[in-house]
Amino acid sequence: METVLINRYFVRQSDLRYTANSQLESLHSRYTGTGHADVTKHEWLVHQHRDTYASIVGHPGLAAYVAIAENECIARTKFEMVERMLQPCGPPPKPSDDE
Amino acid sequence: MHLLNLTLQPPTSITHAVIGGFSGTHKQQEIAVCRGGTRVEILKLDETTQRMDTLYSSEAFAGIRSMVPFRLTGQGKDYLIIGSDSGNLAIVEFHLTPSPRFEVLHKEPYGKSGARRMVPGQWLGVDPRGRSIMLGALEKSKLVYVLNRNSEGKLFPSSPLEAHKQNAIISALIGVDVGFDNPMYACLETSYEESDADWTGEAFERAEKMLTFYELDLGLNHVVRKWSEPTDPRANLLVQVPGGQNATTDKFDGPSGVLVCCEDHIIWKNMDVPAHRVPIPRRRNPLADANAEPRGLIIVSAVMHKIKGAFFFLLQSEDGDMFKVTIEHQDEEVIDMRIKYFDTIPVATSLCILKSGYLFAASEFGNHNLYHFQGLGDNEADEEWISSNYSNNGMIDEALPLAYFTPRPLENLLLTDSMDSLDPVIDAKISNLLGVASDTPQILAACGRGSRSTFRTLRHGLDVQELVNSGLPGTPNAVWTVKVNEEDEYDTYIVLSFVNGTLVLTIGETIEEVHDTGFLSSGPTIAVQQLRDSGLLQVHPTGLRHVLPNKTINDWSCPPGTQVIAATTNKRQVVLALNTAELIYFEVDTDGTLGEFDERKSLPANATCLSIGEVPAGRQRAPFLAVGCENQTVHIISMEMENTFTTLSLQALTAPPTSICLAEIFDTTVDKNRPTLFLNIGLQTGVLLRTVVDPVNGELTDTRQRFLGSQPAKLLRTTVHGSPAVMALSSRAWLNYTYQDRLEFTPLIYDTLEHASSFSAELCPDGLIGITGNTLRIFMIPKLGLKLKQDVIPLTYTPRRFSSHPYHPLSYIVETDHRSYGQAAIDRILGEKTSKGKEVDMSVFELPAAEFGRPKAEAGQWGSLIRVVDPLGAESLQTIDLDENEAAFSVAVVPFAERGGEIMLVVGTAVEVTIAPRTCSKGFLRVYKISDDGRSLEFVNKTPVDDVPMALAAFQGHLVAGVGKALRLYELGKKQLLRKCENNTFPTAILTLNVQGTRIIVGDIQESTFFVAYKAIPTRQLLVFADDTQTRWITATQMVDYETVACGDKFGNIFINRLPDHVSQSVDDDPTGAGIMHEKSYLMGAAHKTSLLMHYYVGSVVTSITKVALVSGGRDVLVYTTISGSIGALIPFQTKDDIEFMSTLEMHMRTLGVSLTGRGHISYRGYYVPVKSVVDGDLCEAFSALPYSKQQQVASDLERTVGDVLKKVESFRTSSAF
Repeated sequence: METVLINRYFVRQSDLRYTANSQLESLHSRYTGTGHADVTKHEWLVHQHRDTYASIVGHPGLAAYVAIAENECIARTKFEMVERMLQPCGPPPKPSDDE
Repeated sequence: MHLLNLTLQPPTSITHAVIGGFSGTHKQQEIAVCRGGTRVEILKLDETTQRMDTLYSSEAFAGIRSMVPFRLTGQGKDYLIIGSDSGNLAIVEFHLTPSPRFEVLHKEPYGKSGARRMVPGQWLGVDPRGRSIMLGALEKSKLVYVLNRNSEGKLFPSSPLEAHKQNAIISALIGVDVGFDNPMYACLETSYEESDADWTGEAFERAEKMLTFYELDLGLNHVVRKWSEPTDPRANLLVQVPGGQNATTDKFDGPSGVLVCCEDHIIWKNMDVPAHRVPIPRRRNPLADANAEPRGLIIVSAVMHKIKGAFFFLLQSEDGDMFKVTIEHQDEEVIDMRIKYFDTIPVATSLCILKSGYLFAASEFGNHNLYHFQGLGDNEADEEWISSNYSNNGMIDEALPLAYFTPRPLENLLLTDSMDSLDPVIDAKISNLLGVASDTPQILAACGRGSRSTFRTLRHGLDVQELVNSGLPGTPNAVWTVKVNEEDEYDTYIVLSFVNGTLVLTIGETIEEVHDTGFLSSGPTIAVQQLRDSGLLQVHPTGLRHVLPNKTINDWSCPPGTQVIAATTNKRQVVLALNTAELIYFEVDTDGTLGEFDERKSLPANATCLSIGEVPAGRQRAPFLAVGCENQTVHIISMEMENTFTTLSLQALTAPPTSICLAEIFDTTVDKNRPTLFLNIGLQTGVLLRTVVDPVNGELTDTRQRFLGSQPAKLLRTTVHGSPAVMALSSRAWLNYTYQDRLEFTPLIYDTLEHASSFSAELCPDGLIGITGNTLRIFMIPKLGLKLKQDVIPLTYTPRRFSSHPYHPLSYIVETDHRSYGQAAIDRILGEKTSKGKEVDMSVFELPAAEFGRPKAEAGQWGSLIRVVDPLGAESLQTIDLDENEAAFSVAVVPFAERGGEIMLVVGTAVEVTIAPRTCSKGFLRVYKISDDGRSLEFVNKTPVDDVPMALAAFQGHLVAGVGKALRLYELGKKQLLRKCENNTFPTAILTLNVQGTRIIVGDIQESTFFVAYKAIPTRQLLVFADDTQTRWITATQMVDYETVACGDKFGNIFINRLPDHVSQSVDDDPTGAGIMHEKSYLMGAAHKTSLLMHYYVGSVVTSITKVALVSGGRDVLVYTTISGSIGALIPFQTKDDIEFMSTLEMHMRTLGVSLTGRGHISYRGYYVPVKSVVDGDLCEAFSALPYSKQQQVASDLERTVGDVLKKVESFRTSSAF
């Protein structure tokens, strides 16, 4: 009984892989930052940070707010945020062997 | 609860400023600015006054991220292209005539709405030859639009071409000037693909910033990645360099390529040719450690200017220093690049150079300045850094040696105008400091950042500049100015009427009394008039006196036993009202004599006031006479030949009229083509009624009402800035005038006037004259349209909070700057340096800090002080510098019960603060005694605390302090404050405290508000009994009532939360708080939750909220200030009908799509949370700017007339705000 279920499960997954997955992959590459089932904590955090920085740079009021707190000029604040978008949360974790 | 949001003062900060010929007239240049990211405004330089004037301003109803001017090849007009959060490409045209307005030509959708990472709109590059534009996002996406004319000659964008690059951060984007070759765009791109995959971090270290050129192949309609080369990894800005061949001379305009501004360097770069590099010169910091590596310096704004075939750049560094960069070139080959110090001005977001020789600098914080060029930095003595002096033109692997210069006062620029700007408002309070002298409150605002900080007192009204204030022998009751001949440019006589005589003064180099004017001086005067080419006329109680140009005097006397009680005149007509309820009419004949009309008109009651309009151009006489009678009626009487003295219409009033005034004033909301005839009626009760007179049949329509003041109203026709206006005098003086084609009604900030008249003399061509008591005043109104008068006190550091004295009009401000040397630090460093025998050049400190800034310290250095200010006297009374590296964050005035209610000032400070993570080595609560009627502070004691005290408040004779995560209650002891109880369960840090009774509302920096009850028995306890269901990044809170709190958050939302009634009741009924303590927690928080009553997106970070009544006798409204310098009000609706009317109007306005960028209004106002229970008043007010046909369509859907809708919309503003 158990094996049957597992087999069915796997069949269904592979089915998806052939039909919907290729579509999904192209969608993911098109809409960077969209989550998926296997997203790691680090990936998710990186996207969150990049989105946040982009939002602060894109909203003049927020950028001014940060600039006042840091006592830097707005252009410097925005520049540092765009720079930090490159790697906002440090390098990714070392992949474990079983993956 | 349902509220109406109204903007009282639009945002003043400028996020983008671009120059272009937007009106398209006579090569005229205008500057388009984006205010606070939400408003677009067109500014124009008035060269005679050397001031910037606002031509037009419009709410965009969107968040604007970028803005560029765009001109199609061969066209004489610039369009404005706006990149915003709407996901649309918006192309806007500005029309100056018939009335200024924006027309949205295209709204091309390309992506999602919102200021997102991958939706283009952040960057906008434009081809200088006007063929295409590139729109970029912060990451990956770039779209290229080809802009062409369609068959009708109109601008037409093609469908977009993609130039995406996966996994790349775009830090700058610009159009390259390549002449008429295929359009080219340059980007700074950094790919994160490898660094995201490499766990060792090496790829991140290796990551290169690429300067990439994209070419739009116009023939193939295709974008190609033409060239890409690594550049400095700290590059932040690209600047366009002129290029391309001149069509007539075949000379190259410039070498083309781009300037890449990097940290410490500027590189000129073009495809496949050797680059040039120069250092960015920097100031010496006398306080910095000599061995430490100085921090990098970046360019923050840049402007390129072409002049007579040559060109130069002005680049501004983050210190505010401007550098002139020139490129020597031979055709397309660069010989060298030079940089030299130009001048220093406050740091700008955008710089614009006008062809007439002016520089407009839109400051990032504080006032925006206009400078006139006095030179172009050609002083040979100034040091110049030249790329060819370095090996390989400066393109070596290591950094170039540091270049130093010494800043000096302005040499090449001269400040000519400064536009007031509040931004950022960091804290504000509203109260009436003037007591009985003012019936409306003033706004106190702590504004600005760093050395440009100010404390401003704002009063609603027009600023008045007084020129003359001189005493008179008696107390006159009226004043007129009059010309002798009609053609005279200036007035000749000032006529003053006293109870028992008339005084005539001449206006010459001095003002002197004259006797030979022919006027009757033995009695009072009722009216004075210059008659068209036939001399002067004086109306007095017993008759008329006509002084002909040859000084012949003609007198006309009233019938025996009668007296003139009121009169009105214009250049051809005179109407007198006798005390027998009769009207007599005179007209100037063709031969210049004054002839009486053969009939008299009898009135139902004695007239109290009369008014006749000016003679319309090209006509013989004014058609209407308005008469106010004692029986509380106003009659409109015809003055035309065929039906003289026929009563055309009649209006009943609620009180006897005291003054009446017919005036033709332009108002586009009533009539878009010609001036409207307004009838203004002033009542005994101080109320002004304004009605529109139908020019054909004299019918009265559209009555609007205003309360002027406590005294009977007096109305006078004057001219202000060359256009007709009406002055309304009561306990306050008001001016009714046209500004930007709209009728405005604004009080003057001046003494009470009894009478006034226009005044024109050589020294003051556009003034006003008035009388106050027994003084004569001559004054002028320097700037129309500025509705808030500001009194400014300069501050040293960024103000953080301020608190006001409960009885005296004084405020206590705490100022704190990060990365700044406080006085204690400066003294210590100087002492150390001089003891080591080093010479310290302190010349930097002698320059005014407001323009030059102060030396920047390392992060973690703080400068701070406490200041006592007198907002009314606009002076700073005392400053107290704090210890080194101690920073003040909060302040409160507390009457301590332990000292018998003596008022103390408590200041919360912290030492060695780091911003992220929020820590400090220790904190203090400093207590100061307020002495000398509040004018000075004496140190009492200080109490160490373990975290940053961000919020303080007086609470039942004690102090409540939010110290980090802990809420504590302190009593004042002998040596320090004594902690009585504490609750340290708050999630992040306490930012705001509001107190009423035994209830405290705590605003947490990250997790919204908490309701806390204080229970004194059996032991003192602070108990949290309710909180919010949502986490909110609170910036400001205000208790609206005992159960309700209004909050502003970091993302620009404003919302109100309310506690359920029964919870509030049961908490208060619980004597010991045992019930609260044992209640079950709900949703992982307090036992009870507040519910959301209203929610609205303002568009900028809300920094303060105050509940106050803004007009005398008005209801309380919520006034908020934002970081971009705007002031707004939320006004509660009173009736269901009002709610329905305004909501329906708002719905109709939404469907009309008034946004400049095509942003959906409902999604914009519901940016983060759907808008709830708020009507956008700004959108409703945009109704008045719609074309008439659309107005009519909307009005008919509302089942009202256009006039009714306008009146209703206006009434919400006038009844509760300004």
